[in-house]
Amino acid sequence: MRSTLKFAVPLAVAALALGACGTKGGDTTTPAASGGAAACGNYKIGMFGALTGPNANLGIYIQNGVNLALDDYNKKHADCKVTLENYDSQGDPTQAPALAKKAIDDKKVVGIVGPAFSGESKAADPAFNEAGLVTITPSATNPALADNGWKTFFRALGNDATQGPAAAKYIKDTLKSTKTFVIDDASEYGKGLADIVRKDLGSQVVGNDTIQQKQTDFSASVTKVTSSGADALFFGGYSPEAAPLIKQLRDAGWKGTFVVADGVKDQSFIDNAKDAAEGTIITCPCVPPDVAPDFQSAYKAKYNEDPNTYSGEGYDSATILLDGIAAGKDRASMVDFVKAYDKKGVTKQLKFDAKGESADIKVFAYKVENGKIVSVGEIK
Amino acid sequence: MQNLIDNFFSYTITGLTIGAVYALVALGYTLVYGVLRLINFAHSEVFMYGTFAALWVVMILGGHPGAGVGQVIFWVAMMFVAAMAMSGLVAVLLERVAYRPLRKRNAPPLIALISAIGASFVLAEIMGLRSRIAGWVGLDDTLRDYVRNSRNNAGLPTIIQPQPIFTIGGYHVTNVDIFVIVGAIAIMVILDQFVKRSRLGRGIRAVAMDPEAAALMGVNRDRVIQVTFLVGGIMAGAAAVFYMLKIGITRYDAGFILGVKAFTAAVLGGIGNLRGALLGGFVLGLAENYGSAVVGSQWKDVVAFVLLVLILLFRPTGLLGESLGKARA
Repeated sequence: MRSTLKFAVPLAVAALALGACGTKGGDTTTPAASGGAAACGNYKIGMFGALTGPNANLGIYIQNGVNLALDDYNKKHADCKVTLENYDSQGDPTQAPALAKKAIDDKKVVGIVGPAFSGESKAADPAFNEAGLVTITPSATNPALADNGWKTFFRALGNDATQGPAAAKYIKDTLKSTKTFVIDDASEYGKGLADIVRKDLGSQVVGNDTIQQKQTDFSASVTKVTSSGADALFFGGYSPEAAPLIKQLRDAGWKGTFVVADGVKDQSFIDNAKDAAEGTIITCPCVPPDVAPDFQSAYKAKYNEDPNTYSGEGYDSATILLDGIAAGKDRASMVDFVKAYDKKGVTKQLKFDAKGESADIKVFAYKVENGKIVSVGEIK
Repeated sequence: MQNLIDNFFSYTITGLTIGAVYALVALGYTLVYGVLRLINFAHSEVFMYGTFAALWVVMILGGHPGAGVGQVIFWVAMMFVAAMAMSGLVAVLLERVAYRPLRKRNAPPLIALISAIGASFVLAEIMGLRSRIAGWVGLDDTLRDYVRNSRNNAGLPTIIQPQPIFTIGGYHVTNVDIFVIVGAIAIMVILDQFVKRSRLGRGIRAVAMDPEAAALMGVNRDRVIQVTFLVGGIMAGAAAVFYMLKIGITRYDAGFILGVKAFTAAVLGGIGNLRGALLGGFVLGLAENYGSAVVGSQWKDVVAFVLLVLILLFRPTGLLGESLGKARA
């Protein structure tokens, strides 16, 4: 019996490692339309992000925006349609490089909307840069991404260097918190954002903790937060962890304000945390739907719901690429086209600086009220 | 370190709560190992199916926060019934499909181990793809609330509002904490007595001690193995209810980490030993919380596994040794 045990322990460890990178299959969503006229380039644009898995909602909101832009384009160019190619990374950085290769090898793909998250961007963007394939991310907000000198990197929204300070400002000025606790999930996105908030809040941070993605029992973190006497908690991370975290904090009787960022701006956070989600403040460089009423009504007509987190940014990113295709650009000439782009989109003036950052940036605060995420205005 | 000293009871009570869940799941590993010398790696999925059964039954019964005591007791009772039935059924099916055919052909133990891991993936993916499976059989509209977002979290309504019952060292011990810890210990005492005193329990111990001699004495080995899986499944079902009451959120892959932890607890206490599983679960739950307090929550798993390695170095058979078949039960 000893020998079985000898096998079993390393196997458990191996299975743990396997589980960390494997075990996720995929519901694939069908690409928008098919085919095109023989004479034209039959170009495609890629949608790179989580379309299945626990973070799928954020990817699907973007994909909906992209599909809407495609519909607009294909209506005008019925003789030469552009199709959407989905690269479903499940938000997992380990899957990103292989998908990037797949996109690069498909010569019909002239531009990518995405990668949606910061971790997968860091993993996939070097390959895109090398291949000269343009990426416009509608949602990856880690500031360091723009510092790599990738000439194909563009970001259609504000980064965490603006979102983080805005979140800190909101905690300080609007919530008037004097004791703030900060937790991050050790991800590229969550830790980057939390570190900015920590720096900006300075001495009013009464405690720090780091959790792991996929963790479900937060009892140690809950004890740390409640014993610190914090009146506000900032969490840098995504909704699969945010939901059980706030639920367990409320169960333990913590009364402070839960502040999170765009990674949690997702209906599944409320569906799972239920009543515990009420009053949560969500910061987001995403524009509320009522800023662009035309886009809002078109989106509502197609999907029967209001545009959600980064739908508008997804629409804008796709529109830039489609304008490029309409102007006769191919993969090689697309980079300069995007660099020189300057037009009004549904979310903002679409224009990029030398590093590929969006030139026009706003951060908004949202609040969970009666099971809905509602805008409470721009953080200025 | 100061943080741990200041909030010692808070870390202790919450550690014991999650430790109770580990212990109950660990029993399933230990029981099966005792009679078959097999690590049933798919046991984590048996637990995961229990969490979903507990969740669904509350959804069916329209569970909501703020209900009266009688109503809440009824819901929790139904959670136990549903989760134990589901987990027991999955465990028995698992034995039938993944292990019995191998045993009949006298396959080496390693093959059964591979079969266990494969079964674990299959079970998890069936749950993770339930929206599509419902679509194939045309039930996706009827079952919408139960299958949608099948790869995402699914949350239980807060049917028991945690209320502080008494305060110990600054920590407000809640009704849920007490219910989980006391409930888990009670269930384990019942199991201990079942294995020690009942006819079937004697059969389990006999097969664990010497399968051939037991067969010669007229013990039906297949039946005993089946009962062992059933009992392990029922324990996992109970663990699933406690888990849902405490954590409240499950997912198709929720069993994986918990399964590894519970297996660790079983090894820690001495695999094959029921009381060892109990001790191992509590020790592991506490160690994780204390470790999180001292070195940060991201080190939680590291602390747990370092502890396992250290204990196995000095006590290769675990804290209490392997003994399902020996005199103690």
